[in-house]
Amino acid sequence: MNFVVVVFPGSNCDDDMVYVLREVLGQNVTKIFHKETQLPQNTDCVIVPGGFSYGDYLRSGAIARFSPVMPAIEAHAKRGGYVWGICNGFQILTEAGLLEGALLKNNSQKYICKNVFLTPQSTQAPLTKSLQKNTYKIPIAHGDGRYYADNDTLKRMEDNAQILFKYCDELGNITPEHNPNGSLLNIAGVCSANHRVFGMMPHPERASDNLGANTDGKDLFLSLLQNFS
Amino acid sequence: MYIAKINIMTKPEILDPQGKAVELGLKNLGISQAQEVRIGKHISLQIDAQNEQDAKEMVENACKNLLANLIMETYQYTLTKL
Repeated sequence: MNFVVVVFPGSNCDDDMVYVLREVLGQNVTKIFHKETQLPQNTDCVIVPGGFSYGDYLRSGAIARFSPVMPAIEAHAKRGGYVWGICNGFQILTEAGLLEGALLKNNSQKYICKNVFLTPQSTQAPLTKSLQKNTYKIPIAHGDGRYYADNDTLKRMEDNAQILFKYCDELGNITPEHNPNGSLLNIAGVCSANHRVFGMMPHPERASDNLGANTDGKDLFLSLLQNFS
Repeated sequence: MYIAKINIMTKPEILDPQGKAVELGLKNLGISQAQEVRIGKHISLQIDAQNEQDAKEMVENACKNLLANLIMETYQYTLTKL
């Protein structure tokens, strides 16, 4: 697949993502700056990486949403292209309206950086379709990860298999004690109605290197590659 | 020229943990009567507009499309001619 990783002022997970895609998975990757107004030809998947775009001023992702590159990403999504936002990227995609809901400050008011367990939900989304394990250990690192959407939206998203991941314990039990940020329904990641725009707070790119102790994140990339169409 | 004073609050049905923590602080200060503490944002800005209607339209546009996220927040403002 041809991936594009977009860099905003304050992005800091872009190089990890490029490394995993290029060196670990052997994919084509182009890194572009947010000032670009066009995506490279034959772009299959746009990655909006983690970080603190524009210093998280006003609300996380609120200002990045108006970057020059955003109309091209929106057009790509509209054409049915893949877009994957991680952490701050997820916040940017919700602010841009490419994903439903919003991300509020963690219930604890604290920035949380630790490994958590996720249990895949959607059998429709390419990102989760081929995930075989019950739980995946992936790190989170965020201060604004409390997913919120109104009840009608949540119901519609659940019915349409748009919930990608929920926070859980090691065995896959979805409990309030294992919800790190107060997300509604323990939601850690969601996707669009056509199952091609993904957003998630945890960082799979930080758990994908064969040299590291944890490679659970790699399965997400492999699922996407396997189900790419 | 108009000055807009804008207040943005998280929707009442959404938990405001910062407000809860401050409420606890107020109680510790001895103001046990304090309740329903909620914390929002205050933004003031000047608008170069010909009349109040134009200024209002610009402030509405700013609030709806950038300053507030209507999924989780509400906004109110006052406009004063400078």
